[in-house]
Amino acid sequence: MRTSWRTRGAQKILGRWQTWAGFGVAAVLLFGLAPAVLSEFRLSLLGKFLCFAIVAVGIGLAWGRGGMLVLGQGVFFGLGGYMMGMHLKIADAQLRGDDVPDFMQIAGVRELPSYWEPFASPAFTLLAIVVVPTAIAAALGLGVFKRRVKGAYFAILSQALAAALAILLVGQTSIGGSNGLNRFRTFFGFTLNDPANRRMLYFIAAGVLLIVVAVVRQLMQSRYGELLVAVRDGEERVRFLGYDPANIKVVAYTVAACFASIAGALFAPIVGFIAPSQVGVLPSIAFLIGVAIGGRTTLLGPVLGAIGVAWARTLFSERFPSEWTYAQGLLFIVVVGFFPAGLAGLGVLLRRRRRAKPTAAPEPVSETDPDAEKVGAST
Amino acid sequence: MTTSELEPVAGGNVGMGSEYLEVRGLTVDFDGFKAVSDVDLTRFQGDLRFLIGPNGAGKTTVIDAITGQVAATGSVSKSGVALLGKKVHQIARHGVGRTFQTASVFEQLTVLQNLDIAAGAARSPWTLLRRRSSVLPSIEQALDTIGLTDLAAKPAGVLAHGQKQWLEIGMLLVQNADVLLLDEPVAGMSHEEREETGNLLRRIGGERTVVVVEHDMDFMRAFATSVTVLARGQVIAERSVAEVQANPKVQEVYLGTAAAGARDLGKGNPSELIEESS
Repeated sequence: MRTSWRTRGAQKILGRWQTWAGFGVAAVLLFGLAPAVLSEFRLSLLGKFLCFAIVAVGIGLAWGRGGMLVLGQGVFFGLGGYMMGMHLKIADAQLRGDDVPDFMQIAGVRELPSYWEPFASPAFTLLAIVVVPTAIAAALGLGVFKRRVKGAYFAILSQALAAALAILLVGQTSIGGSNGLNRFRTFFGFTLNDPANRRMLYFIAAGVLLIVVAVVRQLMQSRYGELLVAVRDGEERVRFLGYDPANIKVVAYTVAACFASIAGALFAPIVGFIAPSQVGVLPSIAFLIGVAIGGRTTLLGPVLGAIGVAWARTLFSERFPSEWTYAQGLLFIVVVGFFPAGLAGLGVLLRRRRRAKPTAAPEPVSETDPDAEKVGAST
Repeated sequence: MTTSELEPVAGGNVGMGSEYLEVRGLTVDFDGFKAVSDVDLTRFQGDLRFLIGPNGAGKTTVIDAITGQVAATGSVSKSGVALLGKKVHQIARHGVGRTFQTASVFEQLTVLQNLDIAAGAARSPWTLLRRRSSVLPSIEQALDTIGLTDLAAKPAGVLAHGQKQWLEIGMLLVQNADVLLLDEPVAGMSHEEREETGNLLRRIGGERTVVVVEHDMDFMRAFATSVTVLARGQVIAERSVAEVQANPKVQEVYLGTAAAGARDLGKGNPSELIEESS
């Protein structure tokens, strides 16, 4: 037993080294290679995909580890995006010397609606992007999980919220109606026309993604991460151990919501608009597809899945606009039906099979296991 | 802590001063059907009490009611703290632990992780957000007690059936439960595993209050210090194993249901209960 602990210690050091190496490679790819080889347009596109990846990391935690099928992340993505969008529009208007953003002027609105006013402050906006979705998710999560709403009911509830918010936004002309908010000219004082500033936005998204992955990695490896898996696999059992599963679930749900909001806030300036079409049911499901295909229980599966699916969507829809939707749907069905662990799970499976071959079958732990006799022997 | 000289004996081994479980007039009403009615089950530390009875007698429902899983009336208290009406996780934190008929360990997690989770209900958020850096002494001790030390790093899902049940019992030990309610811990076990489980119960039962729901009469005879017989939700007999077996009311209940189906008696032979088997 001593030796097994020792090798485990060595493995831990090796694992830590691998982690740093992994983050190093990712940083080189995102900060070095991508800006060097991609055109300005493609880099900005990758920035958009990174926003989706940030949402995906949160979904991986809540759905993959926590078992909560979050079908309405568009709500939080939209909240972040709209809050950022409102600030950018006010800043643009102030720069021109106007009282209200351009689209309000066209509509004949002379005065800034009262709920817009706090977003004139950049500090308030940044704080609100983190705090508002977190608070909403915490309140909503506690209300739902304490009542033991779970599974499909939770999924339907979260999706209904996304649908409701999208409908609400379409009806509000004071926030752009179905057009949403668009034509942002500056980002905290930086002109968005300038390629250097657009590149900076991409770097911010890449940096945020790395931070978000590091946070979720820490959560997954902590005792909380183990507890979250326990809640996913046996919520009732956890209750009998003295935990309230609602409190455990709400943390993962809130973290996922916060990440989605930050991603939305980055999406708006990178892509140049935020609209109800980014909030509703369809985008919420689209977030999920990448996570499912990449492998929802792993750390990097959701990231690579989200980037891969978004990239494929762009690539194929440029050439075969109508076929891509079918291909994406088919891919989703195949993955969910045959590889529930996603492509990452497939990788693990192949690796295990390759490793199992030379050493024959894994050692069986059967009823005749010699260790089992210790129970009786130690009396 | 588990290697003390205290042996479980009928009625408990340390008297009134210790931890105890007091159940009085426990009644569970499922829409007019009284699954459990007016059950008294007061146990002191060190009593290895078996709860037997034919199928549908309400044995598991009694455990469900004590642990807060189903609503009940009457009174349940542990060492003076009223438990009835509290939530499941609050009751668990008062030191009442249970296992289930089907072993319900977290199969994706390792044996060590299972135990670590069981030991951690009182952890602060800060501790939770950090990695487990070392193995708690109480967990090492529990691993040793349940004989799974060498399997600590294995996922619980690969354990044999008996080992899973032992892991569940180990989880109760590190949970610091001093009232243990075990629901058919030896169901589906081999003869050797039963023997080992019984010895395990004997070892841990000295310092705790253990209530075992069981169908297996041989197992009951071999390890119980006292027995409660339940039939149709009511206690019909309570005493030592020999006295209960000699009780004509118990024989009637078992023979009565045996006429409908002998499978209730584990071994399928009703006469086995009445005659002392060797």
